[in-house]
This record gives sequence, C-alpha cells and structure tokens, in this order.
Amino acid sequence: MTDPTMAKHFQDVVLPHLHAAYNLARWLSRSDHDAEDIVQEAYLRAFRFFDGFHGGDARPWLLAIVRNAAYTWLRQNRAHELSTQFDEEFHSLPEHGAVEGPERADNNPETILARREGKRLLDEALEKLPLAFREVLVLRELEDLSYREIARVADIPIGTVMSRLARARKLLGECLKQQEPCDEL
Amino acid sequence: MNCKATRELLPAHLDQELSVAETIAIEQHLQGCPECQRELAEQGELKNAIRKHATYHAAPADLEARIRAALPQPTPPKRAQWWTSNLRWLNVGAVFATMFALAWSTILYLSVPSADELLADEVISGHVRSLMVNHIADVPSSDQHTVKPWFNGKLDFSPTVTDFTAEGFPLVGGRLDYLDRQPVAALVYRHRLHLINVYQWPAASEQTSAVRTLSRQGYHLVHWVSNGMVHWVVSDLDPRDLISLVRMLQAQGTQPGVSPSGSG
Repeated sequence: MTDPTMAKHFQDVVLPHLHAAYNLARWLSRSDHDAEDIVQEAYLRAFRFFDGFHGGDARPWLLAIVRNAAYTWLRQNRAHELSTQFDEEFHSLPEHGAVEGPERADNNPETILARREGKRLLDEALEKLPLAFREVLVLRELEDLSYREIARVADIPIGTVMSRLARARKLLGECLKQQEPCDEL
Repeated sequence: MNCKATRELLPAHLDQELSVAETIAIEQHLQGCPECQRELAEQGELKNAIRKHATYHAAPADLEARIRAALPQPTPPKRAQWWTSNLRWLNVGAVFATMFALAWSTILYLSVPSADELLADEVISGHVRSLMVNHIADVPSSDQHTVKPWFNGKLDFSPTVTDFTAEGFPLVGGRLDYLDRQPVAALVYRHRLHLINVYQWPAASEQTSAVRTLSRQGYHLVHWVSNGMVHWVVSDLDPRDLISLVRMLQAQGTQPGVSPSGSG
C-alpha cells in the first residue's frame, strides 16, 4: 500500500472511532485537555502501526493504542497515580458498607441516581475508582466491549477482566451508597 | 451450583459472557435462591445505572480536523491514483471471479450424470438382477423362431432375434424387462460361461447413433441406435468378444448401409 492509499484507508477505518478513543482517554486522564493530547498522540501511533492492523473491528485495536498512550502520558505527568499499587483483595471494602439511617432502605443506585445530583455523583464515583477498575468498567459499560476485547485492550487475562469488573462494581456500589464522592481509594 | 460459585459467576452472567452450560447451571441455582437473586438484581441495577447515567465523553468538534491535519494527506492527484489502482484491482478481481464461476459451472455440468450414464446404471441393474434371481429368460430357447414370436402381444414392437450359435454366441432365450421407463425386449446370449443381455426398444427419434462403450463395476456396456431401435449390450465378457457380438448384431438382417460406426 502506498502512503496516500494507506492514509485514505486509515481515515476510513480508524477515524470513525474518534469518540470512543476520546471517551477512554478522558476517563483515564480525567482531564479534557489531556485527553485531547492523548488522543492525538494515539492517532499518530495508530497510523504508524496501521500496517499491523489486519482487518476486523478497528475499535478495540485503536482503544488498546489509546490506553497505551494514556499510560505513557500518566507515567510522564502523573506518576503517582500509576504508582498507587493495589491488589484486588486490598481494595475490598470493609463490610460496614452503607450509611446508617432512614435512607438506608432505598439506597440502591437507581434511587440515588434518580435524585438531582445523581449523575454527578456517579461520574465522580467512577472517576475516583482506581485506574485498573475504572478502565474495565468504562470499556465494558460505556464502550460495550466483550471480555475478550477488554482482555486485549487492557493486556490482562480474561479471568482478570471478570474479577476486576466484579470488584469495580462492588467498589462503585459502595461508593454510591455513601451518597458522596468516595475518597481516593 | 452453590452460592459461592454463583456469586463468582454473577458478573459474567450479567455481562452474558458465560457458556450455555454455565448459564443453565446458574439459572437453576437462582430459581431456588432469593439471596443470589437479590445480589443479581443489585448488580444489574448498578450496571444499568452506569450505562444510562455515566457521561460518555464525546470528542470536541475540532479534534478530528486537527488529527486529519497531523496525518499524511491523501492529496487529490494521488486520490485519483488510488481510484485507478483500485479499479485495476477490481478488474483483476472481476476476471478471477468470472473464471472461477465458469470453472465452477463446468464442474457442476460435468458432475451431473448424463442420460446415458443414468441409463447405463439401469442396464447394469437389469443385467445383474437377471443373473441373481435365476430368471435369465422368460422363453428359454435357442430357436429364434420361438423367441421372436413370443414377444408378440407383449411389446408394441418386434425385436430382431438372431441365433449366433455358429459364431460362438448361442441364443439362450428372451425376456421382458423394463428400462428407460418402458417395457423392453431382452435377448440373452451365452459365450463360454458368460451371459450377455441384449436390450432393444424403439428409439424416440429416427436419429442413429454410433457405437459407444462404457465400463462400470466390471461390466462392459455397448450401446447404439440403428434402424429406429435402441440397443444396449451388457456383460462381464471380454470387451473384444463383446464387440464381435455387437458387429454380428448390427449386421443381422439389416438393410444395406447400416454399418458399425466404430467404438468410442
């Protein structure tokens, strides 16, 4: 493939997934401005690696590159976020969980989100989740990727995808029940 | 499946990532376990809440333009080149597709058995059956003047019957058979220990056809059309001997001009 041919092909196949790329970059970096930088960098990388794309769905392929670009960016600019080590057991929440009081009966996520501040609370809770949990939730619920695709994008075994998603939902659920943004976990 | 195993698989169940067997097992457990049902409902609500309410960050409007600008440009003349090169490949592809279609239809055409091949199968079956059931002849006689009249009233045509005992092919008898969806005359000849069935019936058209030979399952078949009659000869006899009988059959009591047209 000649360069202009490839450029055209690339634009046809990869550019349509710009919103997915930006959404992931935005959730990983938690900043509009940084997300734009990450996405631009990811697209340049994707173009360089486009020879290695052998057809199929370009979205997971692109998202894996976006994720790598985001991690590179975080390493360079916010190393402390990545150095926050976690393991799935350590991050299991204490059993006391939800708050005491009369609201306790209807503190399920839907009820909470039906309230005025619900959407902001959810976004904040999601942003506060550790990176490894946040990314699998975003890939699963917002990008609707399969476990297999998530495993490829996040470079983890499928079994880990399942356990991380379970843990991520549990953390998020507990977070929401406290009806205020969780502290950095 | 117990509660512990169910809880472990609930998230994947919710995400529809389980195998059919696992799904059935988990559904069975859920039916009898309100606690796991509650857990599933709770996780499901959260899942829906994220899908419904979490912000999907759409890219800013100008981001695409900036990315396009940063990428190598498919320039207009080169764009034309892209088209022509693609058209060229389209042409090549079309040619290959056509050739493939042609080859495929030829293969299909060739693999459909011809009428002759189907008939050959019938003739062999008739021959084998006549040997099997010890019913080689309805009228066992080496006298052509006995055999020929026997067909009267049984067929709407009169088969040619000649005894070739002197030539080493004694007539064994005659029989009625059914081929090509019509009753036909079957004459039986013997050559040493081999039996030969000679089938005759009126041809659908006046057209004559040359002698053709076929070999199937160890049987040799010779067929031709002459004097408005279809002839099929079948036996396990050596093909050369069979051909010599065919020559005699063709020459029998015929009008001048009907001659063997060779075997193909």
